[in-house]
Amino acid sequence: MSETALLIQALADRKPRAIARAITLVEDGADCADEILSALDPERIANATVVGVTGPPGAGKSTLTSTLIAEYRKQGIRLGIIAIDPSSPITGGALLGDRIRMMDHALDPDVIVRSMATRGRLGGLCAAAGAAVRIMAAAGCSHIIIETVGVGQSEMDIIRLADITSLVLAPGLGDDIQAMKAGLLEVADLLVVNKADCSGADTLVMDLEGMLRQGGRNDRVSTTVATSGKGVAELMSRIAELNDILRKSGEKTRRRQQAFELEVLDWAQELLRPRILTKIGNRGYAATGDPRRLARELVDAF
Amino acid sequence: MTDTRKKRILIAKPGLDGHDRGAKFIARALRDAGFEVVYTGIRRTPEEIAAAAVQEDVACVGLSSLSGAHLRLFPAVVEALAAAGAEDIPVLGGGVIPEEDWEYLKSSGIRDIFTAGTAIGVIISAFDSACDDHYQRRGQG
Repeated sequence: MSETALLIQALADRKPRAIARAITLVEDGADCADEILSALDPERIANATVVGVTGPPGAGKSTLTSTLIAEYRKQGIRLGIIAIDPSSPITGGALLGDRIRMMDHALDPDVIVRSMATRGRLGGLCAAAGAAVRIMAAAGCSHIIIETVGVGQSEMDIIRLADITSLVLAPGLGDDIQAMKAGLLEVADLLVVNKADCSGADTLVMDLEGMLRQGGRNDRVSTTVATSGKGVAELMSRIAELNDILRKSGEKTRRRQQAFELEVLDWAQELLRPRILTKIGNRGYAATGDPRRLARELVDAF
Repeated sequence: MTDTRKKRILIAKPGLDGHDRGAKFIARALRDAGFEVVYTGIRRTPEEIAAAAVQEDVACVGLSSLSGAHLRLFPAVVEALAAAGAEDIPVLGGGVIPEEDWEYLKSSGIRDIFTAGTAIGVIISAFDSACDDHYQRRGQG
């Protein structure tokens, strides 16, 4: 048996090291990545529920994720967690600190936590997040939570990758005009006001519900206090409810199909990038002229 | 494929010691040197650290202790890694470590030891070479 075949076997047997190693190999673009990814059980991947947790830095995403883990574990659900933090644009290094708040679950063999750095991606995820989801699903995680980097208003990659995206907000981060802006607020499936015990939370909930109503949505805003666990069980049942609706209506399949196509596009761009960069280097452009026209010439020459 | 490989390491504080200034300083310096640094926070057990090292697939583990419990806790992390089937992950340690303890720690499997006087460049190179060795053994060198 080849080393990769052994790894694939160990992955199906849910061996923690194999799961971790497989993610690394894919993330690093190793030669065996394709072989690993094509060996994954497609049925497990199709049946898994992928929950996105996104929101601005400091809103409480990691703490809320940790409390969600505890709730899911009460139901005996095996979970994968992908926690993403930014890479430095200068050195490429990263400090991955989301795990600090999830260490309560460190010794639970059915909670697989993986910290990942964005490695230059700007949409709030890393390029290998989709692959990591599939690897965890194939290793028996029926639910996978993806915690994005702290986002601003337009990092929306998570909407594609997750079946259900919760946007976590906290009071004190801006006025009611912020709730009127286009972007993430419009497309998230669930809005959550965390730190609901802090002053300003009620006003924020009101503003957000007003915004939803104006957009023709009647759903409530969930409120949580992640540090104490308040409201988290309710949030979890809303996620389950919504997941059920999306599955039965065929929306989940439709979203996954669209996300899949976009992921192919992403990888195509990822693979083309170094080739294009080489061509640009070879041509030695002067810093004048129309970059758009030069780009079109380059692309047409492929 | 594009070479996107990064050196992944874990910085951890075992035991009840809550003095994390050193661990955070080292984590930050290694981040600035281009490593992907997973930080576990304070007051972790050796088993928790080993489990995190396995799940995060790091190439080495750096431990920090300023409270005097290193003689027990550093070797305990080495043992916990072995128990988790990850004896191949090298362990480095730093903090307030008297010179007379170095030999025992090294014989218990601690690859390198740093103290308050160690230059940061020396620490970065030690992590660098520990990672290189590990990736080479894995066949990813």
